Amino acid sequence: MLQAIELNQVWKFYGDYAALRDCTLSIQEGSCCALLGRNGAGKTTLLRILAGLTTFQRGAVNLFGEKPRAENARRQSGFLGHGIGVYEDLSARENLHFFAGITGSANIPTLTDSWLERVGLSRVATMPVRQFSRGMRQRLALARTFIHSPKILLLDEPFTSLDDRAIAMLSELLTEARQRGATIVLSTHQLREALATASHVALVENGRLRYSGERTQEMLDDPALLYRLHTELGAPQ
Amino acid sequence: MNFFAQALAVARKDLAIELRTRESLNAAGSFAIVILLLFSFTFDPFSDDTQEFGGGLLWLAFVFAGALVFNRGFARELPNECLDTLLASPLSAAALIVGKAIANFAMLLLVELVSLFVFGIFYDVNWFPQAAWLALVFALATWGVSILGAVFGAFTVNLRLRELMLPVIIYPLMIPLLIAAIELTNTVLSHQPMSGQLQWIRVLVASDIGFTTLAWVLADTILLN
Repeated sequence: MLQAIELNQVWKFYGDYAALRDCTLSIQEGSCCALLGRNGAGKTTLLRILAGLTTFQRGAVNLFGEKPRAENARRQSGFLGHGIGVYEDLSARENLHFFAGITGSANIPTLTDSWLERVGLSRVATMPVRQFSRGMRQRLALARTFIHSPKILLLDEPFTSLDDRAIAMLSELLTEARQRGATIVLSTHQLREALATASHVALVENGRLRYSGERTQEMLDDPALLYRLHTELGAPQ
Repeated sequence: MNFFAQALAVARKDLAIELRTRESLNAAGSFAIVILLLFSFTFDPFSDDTQEFGGGLLWLAFVFAGALVFNRGFARELPNECLDTLLASPLSAAALIVGKAIANFAMLLLVELVSLFVFGIFYDVNWFPQAAWLALVFALATWGVSILGAVFGAFTVNLRLRELMLPVIIYPLMIPLLIAAIELTNTVLSHQPMSGQLQWIRVLVASDIGFTTLAWVLADTILLN
């Protein structure tokens, strides 16, 4: 099967500190890879490199054979970081219209309306985002991330602080994305949810990739198993 | 979406936000007017010398007011990590900077237009007969100032003292452009022929091309590092 994402001996330094050390990882097209690790392990740095948001000093990274900053690679990927990535002073419709436009989507007004409907924001489509509740903002962020049907989804702790409705919506969107063959990389601390969703797992500790491979039934039965077997510090409490 | 469509989308988005919040326009407009007002107490606004210092006074007010506009340009992208979202999208970094510059340009031109009316009233200068020349000079100089403001707005966006750092960096770089703009504005205000001032037009055009090329070439480096 085609490799959607390939990292080869990647090193990333912040000053003298090596945030990623000699990371080599291949992610098959259509798979869902859960990026696990403690705070500061290097998960966000890895995702930011894949999203083309930060440079690295050594190694090579390819998304469908192209560098992460290549326009074609960015056109095919959707990124959801720690921030929701929408403008407070624009309405939900204006936000989606803008992001659909810059991602090169076709038929933008219809697409925007269908996504507003889908995330349950049609009735407040013209209201500025600053007047939205937290849950509404999160749903708008999901619509913004998925609106151009990206082939690669890069999600940094997407389940963190979502409300029930947004969690259900994200799970549904991820399932749908996998059905249409999208490749998903998501970092998370929520082992059970991540392992239930993922087909593959990568474990990062102190910037090193300790394990990468298929998610097994044993991991589902005992989510802390990976940490016990492959990290120096053992399972998280 | 091609480069210019991307840049225009960014500019439209910024102008829509600005029209809703009026953060930059209110601050920059009132600041420029206050400067013109204060200097009218210092100089005799009805003397013939007005045409000698008018250009300098106007451009001093414009670039000070411009710093307020430029500072907001990229700072607007910080809440909710919108800058990361833009950089991870297919939008090119150069289109982002040029889009910001177009928005800066539109806002600064509006501030200049309002200031020009105030200047005409307080300093008893009738600039209407020369409006076409003034429009040309203002457009050329304002684009140079705007693109430089956008480039260094991106450069300083993550600095804690960006409000201070941005003017400190851009004002020295603007000197040739400002000298040209002041010379040309003085010539227009004193109703002298523009035929002898073509070298200053060339300086403005060269500055515009140089600063725009700088934005184009350095955009990725500035925004990703």
